[in-house]
Amino acid sequence: MNTESGALPGLSGVTADMAADKQAFSVPWGKAMMWIFLLSDTFVFSCFLTSYMNVRISTTDKWPNPSEVFGLNVNGHDIPLLLIAIMTMVLITSSGTMAMAVNYGYRRNRAMTTKLMLATAAFGVMFVSMQAFEWTKLIVHEGVRPWANPMGAAQFGASFFMITGFHGLHVSCGVIYLTIVALRVRSGFYDRKGTYETVEVAGLYWHFVDLVWVFIFAFFYLW
Amino acid sequence: MDQVATAHHPEAEHAQEHGANQHPITIYLWIWGLLFVFSGFSYMVDYFQLQGMLRWSLIIFFMLIKASFIVGIFMHMAWERLALKIAILAPPLALLVLIGLMAIEGDYTFMTRLASFVH
Repeated sequence: MNTESGALPGLSGVTADMAADKQAFSVPWGKAMMWIFLLSDTFVFSCFLTSYMNVRISTTDKWPNPSEVFGLNVNGHDIPLLLIAIMTMVLITSSGTMAMAVNYGYRRNRAMTTKLMLATAAFGVMFVSMQAFEWTKLIVHEGVRPWANPMGAAQFGASFFMITGFHGLHVSCGVIYLTIVALRVRSGFYDRKGTYETVEVAGLYWHFVDLVWVFIFAFFYLW
Repeated sequence: MDQVATAHHPEAEHAQEHGANQHPITIYLWIWGLLFVFSGFSYMVDYFQLQGMLRWSLIIFFMLIKASFIVGIFMHMAWERLALKIAILAPPLALLVLIGLMAIEGDYTFMTRLASFVH
């Protein structure tokens, strides 16, 4: 039908199609590629959460109560999940500053974009620090190990360290990523390049980290 | 309303080239606030120790609301073209099959364990 348009048959056709300069979505390629990366990351985190679901269903031991395990004692009162609630608020706040950074980026407001991105990275550091505190408390004071723990089902430790560890790694990478992009914004790199798309792409990554936390918070900490 | 206000702002001149990417800051502040509120609600589910189906449905309900705010507004998915929406949002639905299979498998393992080593 469409013979004159260069649609080759067979393997050379596959090569031509794959290598051809085509645009599937009317968005900058960086944004499309970030979305596809995030899609693959969605599957990675979903596999972790699904395996956690599987071990939690199949264990015959009592699952440790996250409400108590992650509770903090403030002035003699036990407050359930306090640290996790604060971490959630910090991450949401960082998402808010990131969304505004993207907005100011498209307004070509270099100073505000830099400030808001660095603020986002700072909230990220705060989050990872609180996570380090949480891990220390669990490992050193409560004796939680990936293979055993004093509170109940042994699979609790493995799921906890794998899921929150992988998420924390994403936050840490995000902090580095955001800092690099923020410094480039400050140096006027994107003004010379003529577009602030990179800020939006970095923002997509950061919001995804927040998104994953929403699911971890629901399924691991609250369930 | 804010769209009109920003149009007269000097910074908004550049923004006109990126029509679809430009929204008033207030929308992000609103979503930010709503995320706080809904996180507070999910925390309250635990604080008041609701149990059973009520607990689980509330947790999932608040989780999905927060997730849609983040993906839709913060990640701008609401303003993307339908082709991109479908390409990104449809594939994760396949995970429901994995989750279903693993739930069945987990139940089976649990029953086997009960039968074998719990006396």
